[in-house]
Amino acid sequence: MKPSELHFAKTHEWVAIEGDMATIGISEFAVKLLTDIVYLSLPAIGKKFSPGESMGEIESVKAVSEIYAPVQGEVTAINEQLPDNLALLNESPYDQAWILKIRMADPSQLSNLLNYAEYQRHCETATH
Amino acid sequence: MPYLFDTPDQRRHMLDAIGIQQIDDLFTQIPPGLQLNRELNLPPAVSELELQQEMERRLGNSNISPKICFLGGGIYDHFIPAVVDEITSRGEFYTAYTPYQAEASQGTLQAFYEYQTLISQLTGMDVSNASLYEGGTAVSEAVFMAMRINGRHQKVAIAGSLHPEYKRVLQTYFARLDTQLVELPQLNGVIDPEVCRGLVDSETTAIVIPQPNFFGCLEDVAALTKIAHNAGALSILAFDAISPGLLKKPADYDVDIAVAEGQPLGTPLQYGGPLLGIFTCRNEYVRKMPGRLIGKTTDRKGKECFALNLQAREQHIRRDKATSNICTNQGLLALRTTVFLATVGPRGLSQMATLSHQKARYAAELLTKTPGVCLKFQQPFFREFLIQTPKPSTEVLAALAAKGFNVGPDLARFKMQNVDGWQNCFLVALTEKRTREEIEALAVALKTVLQ
Repeated sequence: MKPSELHFAKTHEWVAIEGDMATIGISEFAVKLLTDIVYLSLPAIGKKFSPGESMGEIESVKAVSEIYAPVQGEVTAINEQLPDNLALLNESPYDQAWILKIRMADPSQLSNLLNYAEYQRHCETATH
Repeated sequence: MPYLFDTPDQRRHMLDAIGIQQIDDLFTQIPPGLQLNRELNLPPAVSELELQQEMERRLGNSNISPKICFLGGGIYDHFIPAVVDEITSRGEFYTAYTPYQAEASQGTLQAFYEYQTLISQLTGMDVSNASLYEGGTAVSEAVFMAMRINGRHQKVAIAGSLHPEYKRVLQTYFARLDTQLVELPQLNGVIDPEVCRGLVDSETTAIVIPQPNFFGCLEDVAALTKIAHNAGALSILAFDAISPGLLKKPADYDVDIAVAEGQPLGTPLQYGGPLLGIFTCRNEYVRKMPGRLIGKTTDRKGKECFALNLQAREQHIRRDKATSNICTNQGLLALRTTVFLATVGPRGLSQMATLSHQKARYAAELLTKTPGVCLKFQQPFFREFLIQTPKPSTEVLAALAAKGFNVGPDLARFKMQNVDGWQNCFLVALTEKRTREEIEALAVALKTVLQ
């Protein structure tokens, strides 16, 4: 997927929309900041999240960060290959390294998310 | 007592240094007619424990051992080889904590790495941390860890036979939380798995089981663990650190987290502290585990070295989301335990556990011969049991102390109202150090006190 076709949260998750399904990953910018990623924990299928809630953890040699839900809904799929192939996050952050899929309760929430150009500006100004 | 090194290797080294083959070569200058040519007329060598006891006996009424110790309740008077003090008091080791620049102290890290390895072997569990402060906080940290694992914050089920002080530590930790502590009732000294099935549900984060329990009795840990797992809860075992020498290892019960008070493994009785918290878990939960973890790796020159692992989860990096506010360990006591376990080995530990059990059985048999004295609970026990007498236990224990026996603690001290007749009950604990004469003397003293 091209980043220009994706939505972004200020907390560095990306969202791809197809109908009421949202595929979620983390941005290339976030992966670069984290450096070597050593561990990823994912939620169980069927778990429900509100925007801003922690869905899982991503751990690098530097720090442990939360993965926040960018939209409201229920987890319908997780990328089970990913925790054992964390290099995919560096190699293919927008395709093979998708993290999970959420069936959205309310697709109108997307207005809270940024487009790619807005997200890039956010990354430039964000103090991390 | 000092520790004297005398291994065959060391003898060889000394003989080589002075250039002779064997010790007898030193005596060749003595004319053969004047040589003894037989062994000295001495009794056979005794064990280190027997030697210690003999020396204390010969010192007579000095104040080395003013009272004979039958105290239990979580801290026990077990044998400690002299080598434990010898090694831990060395200047290179003698510090209380992992230093702040931990990797600069490779010797300390290696000792804790060995500690973790020995504790994993002792328990059969996948992972041990580098220790926590003591058994009570280890129980509380285990409950918090269970909450991080399954996200259940509503309820914790604790055995009514858990050490009352561990329960109080839990209550302190949970004082400002909405979590409900559900007590599984003890019936005749143990938890009946059938009774507590209905008390563990989809809101329960974990069940906390002692083995043996505070009364010394053995719990059906495997059945209780199954109940926890069926409800999606974790099973936390608070085991006696000496017990794996005779009983099943914690991992054999299929528990998820196993914790213990480590004092019996090489730390003397010293007015209740300092103590050592043993903390182990399954590998899949290692990232939720509190405390420090030492790993073995190689440096940039390819040489073996030791480093702190999973530090990204500690509070200096992760602030409020850290696994625990404990970022250090009980360094000196973990070192004592390392030396202790490495010295006694699996066979020594098994001997200690077996002797303690046998002596406890003998003591229970003798003490209950006095009319009116009985075992409070008819259950299998390990090295400690609960006695009921016709008189208030505070009076009985004070009278026994006056006769030179430290026995207890009594249930009155903990106001344990979940036991009928608690005012008249006290614990008696036995270790391999107690002799037949001491046990028999206690039985006579108890009889006199109750007359």
